[in-house]
Amino acid sequence: MTEDVVAWVLLAVVAAYACAGGTDYGAGFWDLLAGGTERGKRPRWLIDHAMAPVWETNNVWLIFILVIMWTGFPVLFQTVFTAMWLPLALAAVGLVLRGAGFALRKPTQRLAGRRVYGAAFAVSSLLTPFFLGAAVGGLATGRVAPGTKASADAWSNGTSVIAGLLTVAATAFLGAVFLTADARRFDAADLVGYFRLRAWCSLGALAVLAVVGLAVTGDDARYVHDRLTGGIGLTLVLLAVVGALATAGLLYRTATGWARITAVGSVALVVVAWGLAQRPYLIPTSLTVSEAAGATTTLRWLLLVTAIAVVLVGPPLVLLYRLDTAGALQPLAEADLRRTAAGREPENT
Amino acid sequence: MNSAIDHLLADAPAQLLPARELMAFTLASHILLVPFGVALPAITLLMHYRGLRKGDAVALLLARRWSAVMAVQFAIGIVTGTVLSFELGLLWPGMMGRWGDVFGLGFGVEAWAFFLEAILIALYLYGWRRLRPWTHFWLGLPLPLAALMGAFGIVAANSWMNTPRGFTLDASGSPVDVDVRRAIFTPMFGPEYWHFVTGVVLTAGYVVAGVYAVGWLRGRRDRYHRLGFTVPFSVAAILTPVQFVLGDSIARSVFHEQPVKFAATEIVWKTDTHVPEYVFGRLHPDGTISGGIRIPQLDSILAGFSPDTKVTGLSSVPAGDRPTATQATIAHWAFDIMVTIGSLLVLLALWYGWCWLRRRDLPRSPWFFRCAAVAGGACLLTVECGWITTEVGRQPWIVYQNMRVAEAVTDTRASTLWTMLGIVVVLYVLVFAAFLTVLRRMSARWRLADESAPTAAGTADAAAAGDVEGDTPYGPRPLSPTGGGDGGPA
Repeated sequence: MTEDVVAWVLLAVVAAYACAGGTDYGAGFWDLLAGGTERGKRPRWLIDHAMAPVWETNNVWLIFILVIMWTGFPVLFQTVFTAMWLPLALAAVGLVLRGAGFALRKPTQRLAGRRVYGAAFAVSSLLTPFFLGAAVGGLATGRVAPGTKASADAWSNGTSVIAGLLTVAATAFLGAVFLTADARRFDAADLVGYFRLRAWCSLGALAVLAVVGLAVTGDDARYVHDRLTGGIGLTLVLLAVVGALATAGLLYRTATGWARITAVGSVALVVVAWGLAQRPYLIPTSLTVSEAAGATTTLRWLLLVTAIAVVLVGPPLVLLYRLDTAGALQPLAEADLRRTAAGREPENT
Repeated sequence: MNSAIDHLLADAPAQLLPARELMAFTLASHILLVPFGVALPAITLLMHYRGLRKGDAVALLLARRWSAVMAVQFAIGIVTGTVLSFELGLLWPGMMGRWGDVFGLGFGVEAWAFFLEAILIALYLYGWRRLRPWTHFWLGLPLPLAALMGAFGIVAANSWMNTPRGFTLDASGSPVDVDVRRAIFTPMFGPEYWHFVTGVVLTAGYVVAGVYAVGWLRGRRDRYHRLGFTVPFSVAAILTPVQFVLGDSIARSVFHEQPVKFAATEIVWKTDTHVPEYVFGRLHPDGTISGGIRIPQLDSILAGFSPDTKVTGLSSVPAGDRPTATQATIAHWAFDIMVTIGSLLVLLALWYGWCWLRRRDLPRSPWFFRCAAVAGGACLLTVECGWITTEVGRQPWIVYQNMRVAEAVTDTRASTLWTMLGIVVVLYVLVFAAFLTVLRRMSARWRLADESAPTAAGTADAAAAGDVEGDTPYGPRPLSPTGGGDGGPA
């Protein structure tokens, strides 16, 4: 019973990371495709300004996923990190490149430096979600079981590749929707159309990939496939489709505030649908939630810690997003860091 | 004895060495940023408070500049820290699979605390321009508490690895009957926590003060440099003697709780009373010691306040259950370097305190500032040394007396791990070099702007010309679209 609740918490955190982190990766994806220095100047300016205050927060969700995995389901953690060694190691390298590239680009003024940091940030924004998605896809196929050694087959099969590409497309979609909203917020009328078009394109790509995925997973990931194409799983997926279509329509009418909500909703619904489709397994069809669960006392404590955290972290998180969308958060400008005349007088001599 | 060790090394899986090196390298890199992640917000808030309270523009400028540094440093700390949580699975799946539910909860606390820290730091860093001054300050104030909470989680996990509690082993050797409270508050937790927190705060203090000590030595003796030096240096100087006492106390806790580790850090071979203290020196596999300064009786006195204190030696346990002679020597040197630097810092703090009590002024000697300039680097070295002492001294155990490092390691091929180590080393060298370059460029830019604006009028013009956004923080500003009328300094 307790372990089921913890599994739900884990799924909720994964969904949160898919939405928050996904938006962030998506912004990096569009940074990559923004073109040369001159052509990409405006979109990159917007991406920088929109991402900066919240990117760290968006990415901390990943740490929770890891912590809940190893505290709540130690066997799951051990199995995943053993079998999916390479994609996860590459994702970790990508995380370093991405964070460092983004953080270092901002205070750098020389063009050459900005280009290098920007490239590191943008390329790893594409690769990191792909590898994370591929690892998740590999788990869904049932190729991995406790004790499985690392192998390329576990994450380079058809389902994995499709899952990786779907993840990238979903991040691109989220990123474009949020950047459309940000373009309105920063009064950049030209970029509203720019990112809206990209949101529609990524939705198209998602649709194509989903159809291909449907065909590929039929044989390759039977268990999850069946539960996504019938019953509650299908209902959620259809709801997600409705959400995605609604997003496209809302963007057409530039109702960007609502479009953000429907976009996040549809991605979260897909994640939840995938989680439900795996029930009662954490890894189909070899490791169930109750088999993987850690000590019951620990799980209870984990829930208690989570509850306290929701109370402590929730309000500041809401405050951060509210202040951010209200435009109250601005980076320090170069002029703020200059010394005014006061206090400049020398002391000795 | 030698053959026993050779046999043991031959038994160790080939991937153990690269896995260890990878963990050591990434942790050694990350730990250099930890003092700033935990303590720089606190020091900045102190300066910020001073600026608001006294209407001190110089203090506010320092706080803003430290914020700009914090923005970059925090980001690099996040990514290097995330790598460590990945490595727990990529390198040590055996430990997490068996013990994750016993000691993982500390990390859970840390993760939430860290989330809070990321939110608060974003509010703080990006709040300078548009939030009301005191609102901004109060929003930042919980930051040090969140940082202390995060440190609580990490240190709880590490101290559990040193003195594992809160479980019993069933017939198959798996942990059952987990008692979370006992697993978090283990005997080593208290000593480790306070030693760690004090250590990181004083390290951050000395490093920040060192920057202004260098400026002072180069003749930039204005109020800006005086303030930038005095506030962080005072914090660090007050904590230095405290840390000396805490360090002494944690050594005694190790003596009681992990006698074999204590024997390694003091290179004690045979269990005995009247044990001499070796300052440096090298332990050989046959138990002899070469080099170093031998002080008769001192080790027993330090451990139990009497020469009759019995100190457990390394040879009291089988060779396979204790650090090798080389590992013991490494732990011993790391420990001695830490203690030496700590003692010198106490002298530096006393020098500062003496001048302050007598003249209410900074010491005049350039030698004081030279020492202060290197104190930061020395402190970072002690942070590394402290970590080496506790980790190498625990070998060959990953969970003291319950799981060997070799049992926890991944079965990924050694060649893959060596390749990954190569990639990570190159990557980290680039990232850290770029990080330092960016910091130096920022500081050079600020200095240039400072020196090119000698008069008040000139500064105002320069600020107006360069101020793209149109207003400066906490100053009179035109009505903003979001929150008009949020006024001047409180």
